[in-house]
Amino acid sequence: MAENKIALKVITPVREMFSGDVDMVIMRTKSGDVGIMHGHQPMVTVLDYGVMRIQNEGEDEKTAAVFGGFAQIGDNGVTVLTDIAEWADEIDLARAEEARKRAEERLNKRSADLDVLRAELALKRALVRIGLKS
Amino acid sequence: MASMRDIKRRIKSVNSTQQITKAMNLVASSKLSRAKARFKDTKPFFRHTRRAIAQIMQGSSGASHRYLQKRDVKNTCVMVITGDRGLCGGYNVNVCKAALNTVQDGNATFVTIGSKGRDYLKHRNMSIAAGFRGISEKPQYDDARHIGEKVLKMYDAGEVDEIYLAYTEFVSTISNEPKVIKLLPLDASEFEHIKTEEKDLTLTIYEPSEEEVLDYIIPKYLNTVLYGAMVESAACELSSRMTAMDSATENASEMIDSLNLLYNRVRQSAITQEITEIVGGSNALE
Repeated sequence: MAENKIALKVITPVREMFSGDVDMVIMRTKSGDVGIMHGHQPMVTVLDYGVMRIQNEGEDEKTAAVFGGFAQIGDNGVTVLTDIAEWADEIDLARAEEARKRAEERLNKRSADLDVLRAELALKRALVRIGLKS
Repeated sequence: MASMRDIKRRIKSVNSTQQITKAMNLVASSKLSRAKARFKDTKPFFRHTRRAIAQIMQGSSGASHRYLQKRDVKNTCVMVITGDRGLCGGYNVNVCKAALNTVQDGNATFVTIGSKGRDYLKHRNMSIAAGFRGISEKPQYDDARHIGEKVLKMYDAGEVDEIYLAYTEFVSTISNEPKVIKLLPLDASEFEHIKTEEKDLTLTIYEPSEEEVLDYIIPKYLNTVLYGAMVESAACELSSRMTAMDSATENASEMIDSLNLLYNRVRQSAITQEITEIVGGSNALE
């Protein structure tokens, strides 16, 4: 491992999304954004829906939408395990906008059989995607 | 002796059966290579989740968590993963038998994935809490999450006190084995032998709290295991079908060979008889 870098792995059930050494990774946890750099104390944390930023000196910042999951930080690096994660360039903005509209409509109508939690999560997902794109 | 026409007809029918089994064999083997690739892709996620849990268990005193504590077993839940379709050798039956064996005594409820398992258990008057079909061949993570949440709800509500999972383990393309594992309550000793590379686990911080991390990770682990088992079982189903269809094709060609032999024999004896008759007839004329 290069000096002052931390090994990062991002894994979803269907693929290993990222694996490599980075300067810093910023994630949205349940208690706010955290930035992890080399030499961090061992930690296990639950992730919220949000944007993950991977920073490397001399390279463009890589951003990805991460929806839940957890991160484990140890001596051998950071492992992020999540159900769904998408790189910024994989996100379909039009589809996300549509999903947002749909979710908002549902929440505004408040029909009896509405699964509020599900609609809210869908809205949250759409907002993360849109926020990352724009 | 059967008539020539009958034998001819049988040869034809065996031949068309052989063509079907051959086609199924080819389809299964091409699907299998894709299923195997999927199986390989899910492995890292599974391994890392397992390691994360092992690390938390070893580093914490969190053994009092509700998913780790054993309860008096009144009701057992067994999840059974089978295929939706037959013609795959003993694949479906073997895993069903393994599932039944785990619950020889006591009350049991089944959750079936794949219609073959549901049919088998229904036939034996077992209680089935939920049955899922149409997902066995190409399981998605969302399916696993959906089923996992349902089962967890049953556990949380106290309807069941133990959860087992019966699936088929992929040993190699030509062999697989039914397996039953315990999902809940989680057995802490099962994780003790997993080596974690951390030096001092007691220093680990848990955000927001140890309890909440476990609350989140254990259901996640459940879904992961379930998804992994579904993907693995799908590969097994295809490999069993491939083997079964391969031997069916072989049997069909053996059958065709012996029928051909019989056909030739009958044909020859018919010709011999005809010649005898002609010779006999001409002799009588002289």
